[in-house]
Amino acid sequence: MISNLRGIRAIYQFEMARFGRTFWTSLMLPVITTALYFVVFGSAIGGRMSEVGGVPYGAFIVPGLMMLTMFTESISNASFGIYMPKWTGTIYEMLSAPLSPLETVIAYVGAAATKSVIIGAIIFATAHLFVDVQVAHPLLMVGFMLLMAVTFCLFGFIIGIWAQSFEQLQVIPLLVVYPLTFLGGAFYSLDMLPATWRTVTLFNPVVYLISGFRWTFFGQGDVAIEVSMGAVALFFALCLGIIFWMFRTGYRLKS
Amino acid sequence: MTAVLQISGLGKTYQSGHTALSHVDLTINKGEIFALLGPNGAGKTTLISIVCGIVTPTAGLVSVAGHDHAREYRAARSLIGLVPQELHTDAFETVLATVSFSRGLFGKPRDPAFIEKLLRDLSLWDKRDAKIMELSGGMKRRVMIAKALSHEPEILFLDEPTAGVDVELRRDMWQMVHGLRERGVTIILTTHYIEEAEEMADRVGVISKGELILVEEKHALIKKLGRKTLTLNLAEPLSSIPPALADWKLELAGDGHELVYEFDSQAEATGVPSLLRRMSDIGVGFKDLHTKQSSLEDIFVGLVHRDNNAAATGEAA
Ligand SMILES: Nc1ncnc2c1ncn2[C@@H]1O[C@H](COP(=O)(O)OP(=O)(O)O)[C@@H](O)[C@H]1O
Ligand SMILES: [Mg+2]
Repeated sequence: MISNLRGIRAIYQFEMARFGRTFWTSLMLPVITTALYFVVFGSAIGGRMSEVGGVPYGAFIVPGLMMLTMFTESISNASFGIYMPKWTGTIYEMLSAPLSPLETVIAYVGAAATKSVIIGAIIFATAHLFVDVQVAHPLLMVGFMLLMAVTFCLFGFIIGIWAQSFEQLQVIPLLVVYPLTFLGGAFYSLDMLPATWRTVTLFNPVVYLISGFRWTFFGQGDVAIEVSMGAVALFFALCLGIIFWMFRTGYRLKS
Repeated sequence: MTAVLQISGLGKTYQSGHTALSHVDLTINKGEIFALLGPNGAGKTTLISIVCGIVTPTAGLVSVAGHDHAREYRAARSLIGLVPQELHTDAFETVLATVSFSRGLFGKPRDPAFIEKLLRDLSLWDKRDAKIMELSGGMKRRVMIAKALSHEPEILFLDEPTAGVDVELRRDMWQMVHGLRERGVTIILTTHYIEEAEEMADRVGVISKGELILVEEKHALIKKLGRKTLTLNLAEPLSSIPPALADWKLELAGDGHELVYEFDSQAEATGVPSLLRRMSDIGVGFKDLHTKQSSLEDIFVGLVHRDNNAAATGEAA
């Protein structure tokens, strides 16, 4: 399934060069947003709400903030990466190349995930300027971050193949992902919600992802870590399955 | 002659329900230049796209140098370079980067010397660091050709390579095609400019409404289907064709100064000697005469026309 390593590298480098062209914007954006979040949430709200489950509020929002940005960045980068060749027509070359679907996915998703992880790391570093964040399980935290970046990018890749206009490209991140992440406990603990809302929120898949990521930081989350890991694995497998179906049927790639 | 591309029973019906290709059988020999001729919408691009893996066929088999193009797609596609009909290029990449990218995409190791030679041959070397969006349309087409050749394919598809292309590029392109052929590269081009096929190709295929209606060695085609016209410059102008010459399908041209006779050069009796004899019998003299072989264009128009007529009567029946 993987034999054209040079092909993978060509696409990967092409994508990384694309990110490189907007390097400073890509770098500054997460730094500025993180700073803004800390000013608004950390100082304004945090002053009134000093601790969540024994964790200072400023530190508490770091995993959620990382996740929120990584989620939106992954989707927009990965979807754009595959949508553009479709839109300009240059995809003919990829389709005519001796490249397997898996290789194509590895290249595009790998590049987008690399960028997401870099952005996640920048947010993490920026957060340290404002608060003291201790990571209880550093290895798990890195592993979780990588897995999430890849999964979100797979999801973005699907959207990029599915989208037939720039509007469709935007609509899922804006209308679905952002609200779900925001309402998924990025900035609060589910314990703070009234009982009925808490139940409703448990239908939001993003809750499990954020909770798991937060667990790697503080050793506690809204749901058990095993449940979170199961959710991530499920999401990952689902995205991968959809992508392989898309390639096998040529869905919106070939006529 | 070894076959480098074998297509059998190929068919494509698009999701819209439109059948763009039906039952196409075609064998391309190694090292030849094959021209696929056909009017717009005949299915030329569809055929090429299927062979290159861009469009999925609904029926039939394609084998590239013995490799099934679906099951052994890696081996098959590695051998093929494609210059598509439309100008699909990136915008922000440089010429050098995009051509190197293509080589990598096809799994070939880097070879800066080869890429340099390729860009020089296509007069792109001076522009190697220019962004593609800064280039003119003709230059962009050169870039697309460079991309298609970057992985040293053995089969090159040129889909309407000279549509909307300036004279200079056209000349360069033909030079390049000849150079490639000398190195043993097989070239399949589509066109609806007949002169192009006539000038370039070893063999010609005519496609109309998704069916390959004819495949023939070019000279044989011209000879076989070729009709000749005989033009006689008359000594004295005629106002009408004399009844004595009614047996020949003649036309008067040039204000009655020319008598034109169209005949089948392959026929047992062309009718030319008898015509000349009869003319001298009735005293119609001529100063000069010449014959002209019909071009591929005439043949082509005749074929497609006949095909359309057949289809029309078929529908009416
Ligand atoms: N993606 C598509 N969906 C539906 N019909 C198509 C598609 N692509 C081409 N066609 C139709 O198939 C026919 C053949 O098209 P094409 O292969 O591009 O012809 P040519 O290259 O000979 O001009 C045309 O009638 C065209 O409209
Ligand atoms: Mg065409």
